[in-house]
Amino acid sequence: MDTVVDILLLAFLAVCAIAILRLRDLFAMAMMFGLFSLITAGLFTTMDAPDVAFTEAAVGAGISTILMLATLAQTARREQPVTGRSKLLPLLVVWVTGAVLIYGTVDLPAFGDPSAPVHTHVAPYYLQQSTADIGIPNVVASILASYRGYDTLGEVVVVFAAVVGVLALLGLRARPPRVVRRPVRRLDQHAVLKVIAKLVVPVILLFALYVQFHGEYSPGGGFQAGVIFAAAIILFALVFGLDEARQVIPPRVLQRLPAAGVLIFGGTGLLTMLLGGNYLDYDMLRESPQKAQQMGIIMVEIGVGVTVASVMLLIYFTFAERGRHRRPDGNGDDGPGGAAE
Amino acid sequence: MLPLIVVVPMLGAAVAALLPAGRLPWLWATAVSWFMLWAAAGLAAQAMDLGVLSYWMGGWAPPFGIEYRLDPANALLALLIALLAAVVLPYAGPSLASEVPERKTPYLYAALLLFLAGQMGISVTGDAFNVFVFLEISSLATYTLIGLGRDRRALTASFSYLIMGTVGATFFLIGVGLLYALTGTLNMADLAARIPAVAETRTVHTAFAFIVVGVCLKLALFPLHLWLPNAYTYAPSAVTALMAATATKVAIYVLVRFIYTVFGPAFAFGDMPTAHLLVPLAVIGLLSTSVVAIGQGDIKRMLAYSSVAQIGYMVLGIGMATALGLTAALLHVFNHALMKGALFLALGCIAYRLGTTQLAVFPGLGRRMPWTMAAFVAGGLSLIGVPLTVGFISKWHLVLAAIELGWWPIVAVIIVGSLLAIIYIWRVVEVAYLQPAEDPGRCEAPLALLVPTWILVGLNFWFGIDTRVTIGIAERAAAMLTVGLNGGAP
Repeated sequence: MDTVVDILLLAFLAVCAIAILRLRDLFAMAMMFGLFSLITAGLFTTMDAPDVAFTEAAVGAGISTILMLATLAQTARREQPVTGRSKLLPLLVVWVTGAVLIYGTVDLPAFGDPSAPVHTHVAPYYLQQSTADIGIPNVVASILASYRGYDTLGEVVVVFAAVVGVLALLGLRARPPRVVRRPVRRLDQHAVLKVIAKLVVPVILLFALYVQFHGEYSPGGGFQAGVIFAAAIILFALVFGLDEARQVIPPRVLQRLPAAGVLIFGGTGLLTMLLGGNYLDYDMLRESPQKAQQMGIIMVEIGVGVTVASVMLLIYFTFAERGRHRRPDGNGDDGPGGAAE
Repeated sequence: MLPLIVVVPMLGAAVAALLPAGRLPWLWATAVSWFMLWAAAGLAAQAMDLGVLSYWMGGWAPPFGIEYRLDPANALLALLIALLAAVVLPYAGPSLASEVPERKTPYLYAALLLFLAGQMGISVTGDAFNVFVFLEISSLATYTLIGLGRDRRALTASFSYLIMGTVGATFFLIGVGLLYALTGTLNMADLAARIPAVAETRTVHTAFAFIVVGVCLKLALFPLHLWLPNAYTYAPSAVTALMAATATKVAIYVLVRFIYTVFGPAFAFGDMPTAHLLVPLAVIGLLSTSVVAIGQGDIKRMLAYSSVAQIGYMVLGIGMATALGLTAALLHVFNHALMKGALFLALGCIAYRLGTTQLAVFPGLGRRMPWTMAAFVAGGLSLIGVPLTVGFISKWHLVLAAIELGWWPIVAVIIVGSLLAIIYIWRVVEVAYLQPAEDPGRCEAPLALLVPTWILVGLNFWFGIDTRVTIGIAERAAAMLTVGLNGGAP
């Protein structure tokens, strides 16, 4: 049965990839990218990797599709074909890369082979020791937040670096520019959408908190929770308008949150050093190592959630605001059916 | 102390982003860079005494947790990054104030500190995946910093580097992923121990290819260097100086670390045709980009091409696969950072006063900005490889290494490369000193810029005369890295 599902999903994946290559309508392409990620998430699920599937679904299918659309809102809806450049060399590079990748997989151990090195060297230690060392059921969470917690701190800093780039190059206005409203383009009139959004947004927010704090027991954690939390507010912004959404979290506060999250995570490490341990050695936080580990994991996951949620919102607000600012000039176009030529 | 050298700039970046716009973020970043220099000096001394320093993140023993591992090879690099940061950051204040709007300062210095944290993180880690994480941190910060250049073309330069850099990083990640699939570990020392058992598989060969190509994209080895000239040309002056001095050097180090430590020279040069690939590319790159440098109208771009040529020397040393060749490569990593740092800082002084670095503004600059131009000439002499400068030391070692192998054509290439450097440096000197100025008014750069510039110029001569520290560390590092080559030098 698994094989049939895998074959179906992989076939869909291939169809999606080819469609993305052939599409010239970037709006449709962004949607296909979302679909591509969702199918990938499905594949991860069949591989028994729900944590990764969860992230892929939330980030790949969810937030990055929205960010792509926000970008398209300021640029153009249709791709301009590049002419006059030879496509032979790029094609050759891609073919060679693909061929080498296939060549490299020939000697890989079979998927799920219990004697493969990935199942016999480091992984068994995590599976056997996690309960004694950390005492939480979700081993993935103990690897990400504790055994390899420093990598996770690095990833949070990567997210922070991204928002530093967006704010440095584009910048978020403290007060949004007043522009002429164009009610036709907005979703204001759609009563159904408004009612549904009002119903759904609180549930999504609650779910985000669940994912955040239940990450030790079930798939999830700060990354996914942050993305889901941001998605709820972005949904609110899409339906009720940017100004209303900005009143939920004032930009002045929002702009400080990414750095605050990094400092919560990194500061936990400094705290453990002050208490006489190594960097991010949560054992120092309390008497019992298990309770200390769990406390440390909760602290750093809060840092992750704060940074990820605020970064996603900041990037969305910055992009959306620019799109709106440029509309009256006639540069750039946003809505469906807009003339982008 | 070992984790703090990375953690302090990393968290320092978050603090910088919270500070009010103005001088404060700059002062903070400068303080952080001085802390890094102090820490790096102490750590390098310890690494030389003890051989290897190991630090377990989170208290978890490797290979289960992430290990920081400092030996003479990366101690030299850490010292280099910290030294350049501590000299360039004081300079960055006035220089960047003239190129980047004041309201952007908190994010500007946050990006600079993230860049330093990323570079330092790559240098001191002993974990292959951790390299990727910090590579991403420094790359994202670099794209931001390049994009902040005054010229709007900075944005396209940044974008093309983003594409190439992302391809490079992804290739590296694919390689690390394949290695993990075959060994079940990410720790470099553990990888080195477990790879020989699976070295004969196609997967390891593929992993090696992906890692080498990915890293070569980041270090701008010819013909993968096309992103570099625009990036260096349009980035703000202080950023170019810091990038030219450290970013490609860290990528060179990653190449050395993976070839010599993780895969081992026996595999890299025995099973794989690494030398047959690296040496010709280095030679072609060295000669062709030197020639291209001669024709450039923008001196910043000229030095960017010169950087690609200099990378050729370093890769040449790596491709020789001898202790002496590797010593020369590591020496050139350090020495080239000093000379290019000095040259780009001198150019930054010119950009500060005249707003451009086109050759057209150079007539009469020898009189108008005597100290700046003197620094440029001194840096140029070092670049050419005149005795008493650091440039001579590393080229001399490279020539010795080539002679030891009996590679006479390579000796000729190194000499021709130096002759080409004379031509492109002389072009500037001739215009600056021998052509009359249209506007003869003196416009020397302020002391705040001249002092850091001259500190780097001074270091070019200091380490050119007293070579005990640099050659000492480089020789120990090379001896340690080439153990796999039948006990060091033949």
